[in-house]
Parts: sequence; C-alpha cells; structure tokens
Amino acid sequence: MINCLLAGVGGQGTVLASKLLAGCALNKGLPAHTAETIGMAQRGGCVVSHVRIGENMHSPLIPLRQADLIIGFEPGEAVRSLAYLKKDGTVLVSAHAISPTTASLSNSVYEAAEMIDYLKETGINVIVIDTDSIVKECGTSKILNMALLGAAVSTGILGIGLSDLESIIDEKIPEKFRELNHKAVKLGAQALAGKGA
Amino acid sequence: MKMSLKLIMGNQAMAMGAIHAGVQVVSGYPGTPSSEVLETISSHAGESLYVEWSVNEKVALEVAAGASYAGKRSLVTMKQVGLNVASDPLMCLAYVGIKGGMVVLVADDPGPISSQTEQDTRHFGIYSKLPVFDPSSPEEAYEMMGDAFAYSEKYGTPVIMRPTTRVCHAYAPIKMKSELYKNTLEGFKKDPKWVIFPKLSYEAHLNIEARNPVIGDDFSGYRFNFIEGSGRKGVVSAGVSYAYTKEALSLLGAECRLLKIGTPHPFPEKLALEFLQSVDEVLVLEELDPVIEKELVYLCGIHHIHLDIKGKRTGNVKQAGENSCESIAQVLSLYLDIPYEKPEVLANMPALPVRPPVLCAGCPHRASFYAVKQAMKGRKAVFAGDIGCYTLGNAMPLDMVDTCLCMGAGVTITQGIHHAEPDTVNFAFIGDSTFFHSGITGIINSVYNETDMILVVLDNSTTAMTGHQPHPGTGKTMMGNITDKISIPAILEAVGVSDIQIVDPFNLDEAAKAVERAASKKGTKSIIFKSPCIAIIKPAPLLKVDEDKCTGCRKCIRELGCPAIIKSGTKVQIDPSLCYGCTICAQICPFDAIGGDIND
Repeated sequence: MINCLLAGVGGQGTVLASKLLAGCALNKGLPAHTAETIGMAQRGGCVVSHVRIGENMHSPLIPLRQADLIIGFEPGEAVRSLAYLKKDGTVLVSAHAISPTTASLSNSVYEAAEMIDYLKETGINVIVIDTDSIVKECGTSKILNMALLGAAVSTGILGIGLSDLESIIDEKIPEKFRELNHKAVKLGAQALAGKGA
Repeated sequence: MKMSLKLIMGNQAMAMGAIHAGVQVVSGYPGTPSSEVLETISSHAGESLYVEWSVNEKVALEVAAGASYAGKRSLVTMKQVGLNVASDPLMCLAYVGIKGGMVVLVADDPGPISSQTEQDTRHFGIYSKLPVFDPSSPEEAYEMMGDAFAYSEKYGTPVIMRPTTRVCHAYAPIKMKSELYKNTLEGFKKDPKWVIFPKLSYEAHLNIEARNPVIGDDFSGYRFNFIEGSGRKGVVSAGVSYAYTKEALSLLGAECRLLKIGTPHPFPEKLALEFLQSVDEVLVLEELDPVIEKELVYLCGIHHIHLDIKGKRTGNVKQAGENSCESIAQVLSLYLDIPYEKPEVLANMPALPVRPPVLCAGCPHRASFYAVKQAMKGRKAVFAGDIGCYTLGNAMPLDMVDTCLCMGAGVTITQGIHHAEPDTVNFAFIGDSTFFHSGITGIINSVYNETDMILVVLDNSTTAMTGHQPHPGTGKTMMGNITDKISIPAILEAVGVSDIQIVDPFNLDEAAKAVERAASKKGTKSIIFKSPCIAIIKPAPLLKVDEDKCTGCRKCIRELGCPAIIKSGTKVQIDPSLCYGCTICAQICPFDAIGGDIND
C-alpha cells in the first residue's frame, strides 16, 4: 500500500494529477483509489487529493501520518497537509507560492521561504522543485502538475516509473497538449535528478 | 495481467449501476454531492433512456413516479435538503406504490461540507416507511444500485439510495456488468390503485406495516449486511464509517466482532439479533443521527437482552460532523483497550495562508451587490440572500447577505421582515436557477399580498454553484435539445410585478440608478441583473493598473474584494491570470488609474 497526497490550490491541476497517478497504477495491474477534499470555493480554495495504491485500503481518505509522499503544489499547502506524512515520508514541493485571494484584504503577508524553511526544520525529507524555471521554459503555468508528477515518480517512492507516466499522458491527454506535457514531465524529472535524489 | 477496471467516482458508479439495471427515465435537481449521477447518465441518454434536470426536486420525483407507473425503471436524484422539497410526493407515493422499479437517490452530506443541514435521510426512510440502501464504498454503491431496483420491483415500492459525500466523491476501480437488465413490464394500465383516497391509504398503511418486517427479514440475508471478525466486543458500522472502521482496526492491529449494515431500514433484525447474542457489549459507529444505535437499543429492549450499547447517546461518538479514520481509531482504542498514538498537532507551524471561498474575479454578482450597496448607503435596508454562488456575497467587504435559509426563502423572508418593519427597504436576491426552483410562488405571494419589496434576480444564465447545469431559462435540456428559453421578465410581468428593470450590473451607474428607482416605488418591484457567469464566457480585454496614477488608496481592494486585485508595494496590481476584464474596479477608481487594454 502506497499513499500519496497531492496538496494545492483550485486551478493548479491537482485532481488531474491524482487521476493520472491512479491510472498509472491501474495500468500496472495495481488497485488504486482516489478522493478529494474540496471546500465550497470554485477557484483559489485548498484542494487535497488522496491517492491510495495497492491492496487492503478501506478509507477513501489517507489517515493522518500515513502518506509516503506529499506532493505540495504550493508551499503553504504542503505545510497545511504535513500531518498526513509518515515519520519517514517525503515532501516534494514547488517553491512557487500562490497568495490567497483574500491576502489583499488582510494584512497577513505570506512568504514561500518561511514555509520551505519550516518544512526543512522539521527534519523530514524535503525536495524543493524550482517550478518557476520549468514554467518559464514551457511558457505556461498550466504544466505545473506535470512537472511535479515527473519529479514525483522519479523519486521511486510511488512504484511508478517515468515510462508509466508517459504512457498515461498519451492515453488520457488530448493530442495537442501532449508534447508540452511530456516536456514538463521531463523537466520535472531532470529537476529532481539535479537534486541528486 | 492488466485489469480492465475503470477508475470512476462513486456518483458515476451509481449512474452506471442504474444504467446496467435498465433505468429508462431519470430526473433530478442539482445539489452537491449528488449532481454527477444524473450528469453521467445523461451522456448515455438516447431513444430508450430519457434524462432531465427538473425544475425542482418535487417535480423530479413526480416525473420519475409517473414513469414508474408506466412500467419503466426510474431514478430521481437530489441532495438531502432536496428531499425536503420532494417530501410531499414521497410520503404519498409510499402509500400508492410503483410498478417499474424506482430508486430515490438522496445524497447526505455529513460535515456538512456544502449543505445547509446535517439531516439524516435514513430518518426519511423510517418516516416514509421505505427501504433504505446505504453504500459504504463506490464499489458497493455500483452493486447496490442494481439490487435497489430489484427490491423496488419485488415489493412494489420506491426505495431510497442514501450515499454520503465521501462515497459519492471517492474514485474507485469498478468492475462493470457486461449485460443490461431487460425490462419486460407492460406500460401504464388504468387502475384505481393510482388514485390516492383515504380508504386506499388506510389499506395501504396496513399492507406497509405487514410488508416491512418481511423486507427486514429479507435484508437479514442481504449480501451487504453481514457479520465478520471475532471476539466478544461488538462493533456495528455502516456507510463510509464502516470503511473508516476497517482502516482503523488495521491501524490498531485489532480485531473485533463487526456487524455491517447496508440497509438501515427496514432494519435486518434477525441478523442483528444473531450478532447481539454473540457479543458482550456493542459500540455503534455511524455518521449523522444514531439511527442504527436506536434500532439496537430497541431490539435489546424487546428481546430482553442485557447489553451495554455505546455510541452517540453515551457520548462515545460525537453527535455532529463527519467521522474520520482518526476519530474512529480513537473511539475504538478506548473501547478495545488498545493503545493508539493520536497524531499530534505539529509544533511551531507558521501562520498558513487563509483561503476562504470568494466570488470569482469578474463575477457579475460582485457588481450587482456593489451597485445595490452603493445605492442604499445611509438607507435602512435588509438584504435577503438565497442558495447559490451569490451566498458568498456575505463575505467582506461586500457583506450583502443578511439572511439565507433554504431554496427560494429569500423572496419570502423579505416579505415577513417588511410586515414586521414597514419602514425598511427590503431586498431579496435570487439566482436564475433558484428563481425557477422555488422563487416564483413567493413572488406571487408578494404581489397578491401587496408587499413592498425589491426582487433582485441575479441572472447569470446557469446553475453555477453545482457545476453549470442548464435550467428552464437556458434553452438547453439534458437530452441535448435546444428549447425555447423561459423568460424571467415575462413570468414577472405575468404575475403582476409592477416594475421590471433589466440591467447589466457591470454598468455600475445604471445599476445603481435602477436600484434607486425601485426603492422609490411601492409594491413588488424587480431588477434583473443580467450577465453570464464567467465560467461560460471568454474573458474581456484584461485591465492594468497605471502605476503613475495609482495613489495606493486601495479603494478597489477595500470595497470590491476581487481576487484579481493584489497589493504590490504601496500600490495595487491586477493578476492577469485571474482578471476577466469586468471593469468595475476601473469604474470605481477615484484616480482613473485602472484601464489598460480597454483604453488602448
């Protein structure tokens, strides 16, 4: 049983990413279940996807402290979901923060660095991905999810390989977006390799 | 070996279960967490499968009942509060019965996550004396749907399928049937039994009371009611709480005697008795109300069984909100006396960004609320809200929703406030889908009773909150047909609303003038703020802030609360990925600093 939590903000593509991971597992003959916790917000709200791969799962949601990997699409959301992480689990996180839509109304300043520092101070395995450079190279922030997936499968934690991810993209993503998605996956994988992980 | 299983949502699983069970007429009204059931079925609509979004849940249930009278298998879908609206036909139909199998799918929402109440539809099953199916997973929900149709036809009664949010919205790999059920029932046959009369109801009541214990016995052997595990400590669970219980037992490395209930009504008493006689004490783990717990206490009473039954009544399980693996593991740990290390709250966590639900950037409701607010500055006014995206108008800085109760209630709450406080200017905001659902009768009431009120129809040409379903005003049906749009102003005119103004809310000056005009008149007046939801249109040219002109007064931020307007040093900036070019910020900027593309 492998548990992977994807934490982000509405509009970042967490839900699609979770479906692709589950699709990879199903293609390998492994049972996979997913579930989302989404509030009332249509855009900009917290979105958490739970992906559970393997036998003997019952709850649609991952219990606290049972996630092998947290993919943080956004530093603050990675911190928010940290209670789900196993003691020896890994957090893979995008360095790019998304300010809450209400930040302008309050005076709270939200800094990505503070979140990343906190993650590192907790002593868990943290891999920070410089998604800004990947987004720049691809020309759109819409591929953030693919870049993170490329990095995530390359950790080896999920039991899913890059080739599995590439075939599910060919299977599920409309042709006109495929090339760009493959590129983002590759850049994500390279970003991880650059970390020496 | 590759499995040919498809990952689908619980709601899609129930939809496919209904299709494979040969359903031919499907109706419903959108409501989270139920909406995807009907949407999934609609993609299979065709010659032998009719699907509609009905005007409201009462209408939907009656449409499904009619089809069932005519021998078709029918399904009606709604969320739990929708059944309140449909309760009149439901209660009566329980007496009259059906011919073709009929499933009333009502999704409950423990939490509640996106609902007004935490009501428990299992009570409606008991109240209406109808069988209730309660799936614990998407896999089970798929199978149960077929069973529900079969039981419905076997006993000639509508049955309730009652999933909860976590089952509706979980995705699982589902093994589908390859064969479709073939319906061989004949069509509508005239028969006095279809006409409800006191004498018939009396006889039907007797029959139902005789029938339900038979169904209860039948359910004792039903495949989704079962006993598993061993030990003298008993646990009873149902729905997603059963899944949490299994997960928690495995986290704790514990075992116990477990009774799983898939049909809470009529209660499978024989199976439950067998269970009760095999244990020394019982813990009941269920969400919402202690329905199973009460059944067990009742059974112990009539059978003189001395057992301690723990649950919500005894304070072991919390009385409101969702269960979770953790909450159940904690309860089980105490009950089974097995240590459980509760996941600790993380120390020294930095302040996290708060992300409350807000109206989207470019949402026409923001403009409508702003215009009314500006026009009513300094006046004593009450703003009654309703159910939809526009309930979010209650958030700061708009703060324009003073009341919200249930579908259509804004229109009528307003009237009560007027009769209590005639000197207040009373507004009722209602969306287009809610207008058709249950707004019209309230408006007629206002005209008839000569109430002074201003009806504000926020017409964004869709049912936005639940995922953009069509409604009678959109001119589209779930069968893919284009129909005549039903005109809201024509309805208002027909029922005698004296003053009807149709205004683009993004023209703030005109919108405010319309409000002032309406507020100066007696009687039932209306303003239709017409502008489509941003989710169904392309953005207009985006706006930019001229940094030289922006003084950093932040009026735009303070008054509009638009997610696209962000602070940038001492000035403000517009996030181009969120802006929809609605221009209201440009219209209110005192320094003419917002324009950009539109002025180019």
